[in-house]
Amino acid sequence: MTTFSDLDLEPREEGPVEEAPERVTRRPRRVRRTTFDDYLELGGSFLSSGALVGVLYGHVFNMSGVLGFLVLWYFAFMVIFGLTLKITNPNPLVVDKLVQATIFVASAVVIAALLSALIFVVVKGLHALGHLNFFTHNMAGVSPTAPLSQGGIFHAIVGTLVEISVAVAISLPLGLMTAVFLSEVGGKWSNLVRTVVEAMTALPEILAGLFVYVVMIVYFGFPRSGFAVSVAMSVTMVPIIARTGEVSLRIVPNGLREASNALGGSEWRTTWKVVLPSARAGLATALILAIARGIGETAIPLICSGASSFTNFNPFANPMNSLPLFILTGFQTGQSVAIERAFGAGTVLLVLILGLFVLTRFLARDRKVKR
Amino acid sequence: MSGAGAPQLLEEDRPTRGKPRTIERGLSRSDRVFRGSSTGVGIFVLVVTGSIGLFLGLQSIPTFRHYGFSFFTQTNWQPERDQIGIAAVLVGTVEVALVAICVGIPLAMSLALFITEYAPRKLKSWMVSAVDLMAAVPSILYGLWGFFLLQPHAKYLARWLSQYLGWIPIFKVSTDPNAAVWQQSAYTSSVFITGIAVSMMVIPLACAVMRGVFDETPMGEREAALALSGTRFGVIRTVVLPFGRGGIIGGSMLALGRALGETIVVLMIISPAYDIKIRILEAGGQTISALIAGNFGNATSAQLSALLTAGFVLFVITLGVNFFAATVIRKSRSGALTEI
Repeated sequence: MTTFSDLDLEPREEGPVEEAPERVTRRPRRVRRTTFDDYLELGGSFLSSGALVGVLYGHVFNMSGVLGFLVLWYFAFMVIFGLTLKITNPNPLVVDKLVQATIFVASAVVIAALLSALIFVVVKGLHALGHLNFFTHNMAGVSPTAPLSQGGIFHAIVGTLVEISVAVAISLPLGLMTAVFLSEVGGKWSNLVRTVVEAMTALPEILAGLFVYVVMIVYFGFPRSGFAVSVAMSVTMVPIIARTGEVSLRIVPNGLREASNALGGSEWRTTWKVVLPSARAGLATALILAIARGIGETAIPLICSGASSFTNFNPFANPMNSLPLFILTGFQTGQSVAIERAFGAGTVLLVLILGLFVLTRFLARDRKVKR
Repeated sequence: MSGAGAPQLLEEDRPTRGKPRTIERGLSRSDRVFRGSSTGVGIFVLVVTGSIGLFLGLQSIPTFRHYGFSFFTQTNWQPERDQIGIAAVLVGTVEVALVAICVGIPLAMSLALFITEYAPRKLKSWMVSAVDLMAAVPSILYGLWGFFLLQPHAKYLARWLSQYLGWIPIFKVSTDPNAAVWQQSAYTSSVFITGIAVSMMVIPLACAVMRGVFDETPMGEREAALALSGTRFGVIRTVVLPFGRGGIIGGSMLALGRALGETIVVLMIISPAYDIKIRILEAGGQTISALIAGNFGNATSAQLSALLTAGFVLFVITLGVNFFAATVIRKSRSGALTEI
């Protein structure tokens, strides 16, 4: 038969019996606690596996390269860590910790890859950015091998800005109306439209470019120009605005709509005066996401416009260069100066994207505070 | 202007003594216009996006007539010898996408689990931002990264794989991997390295979908698993993963669709080769999208039609994959798929 003192095992381990009940009632018991043992197991396995691989790497495994070292280190770590844990822990805990280690490592790998990509582009691009003419000149009459003190990417910056502005002018009304249709109006078509729009958000950009090429340039004889690029960008941007916009319209509380209806507001008034303003931050986020996607498209300008070296403000005539296309053509020449320019343009593009991204975060935060 | 309808209605229908006011049923004119126009725009978007397939399909009829079924079995892409077929590029497309998925999905899933299950709250929002940022970085920058930073490191890894796993056909390389002076160029510009670079674009997409579904795991079920003295991995294995299965499948399929259509990274890294090869570590390969982007500039009208046909095939494949993904994800959100 169990007595009270039999059940009361745990507090006795932790300290004097009199204090224990009071402590338990005051705050919840901490279920997971990292003990000194845990740190030792982790750190010891980490160091010993690193040392082991470091010794064996070149000689026994006959390997070279940093990536292979890291991969091998990871596997050695898993083995040693597992064996170490096995000494004191039951099997479920060993598995738990090994899985946790794997998940942490994998997440770190992804973040490291992202950071390395960002830092790499910026570091390589700094050299070109040091020249002021890089921002104010274009490449007209400048050969790709000319030193960095000549020529620049002004034409590409102008092209990107013109193209994205026209694309926004086309895709914002269409995308917003579609979002309103999906969220506020509905009807028998809405499910079909939603499915197609959702599938189109992942449409390869090259197909959007091909489509516009076939329709505008082959069928209607439109010249390859910045406007064709804008239209193709819109084809990829409208689904993004529509879908992300619909999500942010849906989270507008229904009470607001009902209140507006109860005050005699028509559907249109409700949407225009209540729903859209409430979802303003979310809609702005949708737009900025779409802009970020549109700015980065490379295959579209490649097909619909083609590269040029002069500054062109008119989207309806003559090819128009843009930052991604400039990077691609610079990369494809294989000349070291052209590649340095490409990295410079890449840094400018990255700064544009980062700026838009920070703006998105800012808007998203604003929304949270209001609610 | 259009809002003037509501007050007017009230004026006209002000109840007069003894007679109940007539209640207007149906919609006012402004509402009809509103409904009609937004429905119209919705259907317009549907028609435009739907006509992408239509126009590409129309353009590819001449090619199908000319080459017949050999368009799918011919490996060469040599317009000057009138040999055009997508057998090799189709295989290459699938290979690149599969490598990207094999590398990307485990990483994306780990990241999603880390964000939902392990990360402290503050770190969590940072990680979510990082994933969003990763999705916003243009593919051309990943192309630069893959070519100049990843490739010089990954070729050692490729050699190592071919040394130790060369007995598996896909890891075989035609040169001798154990040679003292090994032929480095044989390991660059391969499907393997391209796939790793493409996985950078796949990870944020898949991670975002999976995170969304994992986050919706019911708290009660988690707590139940914990109360039965489950470890954290036990909760993940028995509650989170079964609940998020639809999201995992859907996210992976969405990622597959993206990887199949990725153009610029492939164009930048891979060196074009038109033969069906399963040795992914070896230099050379081609995908449909990179084929289009690479040969578009100097194509005659007949070649252009062939390229459009290749584009049409890509369109059918990616759209099928995306449709499937969208359906699975939507079903999983409503909980239908998790009941099984």
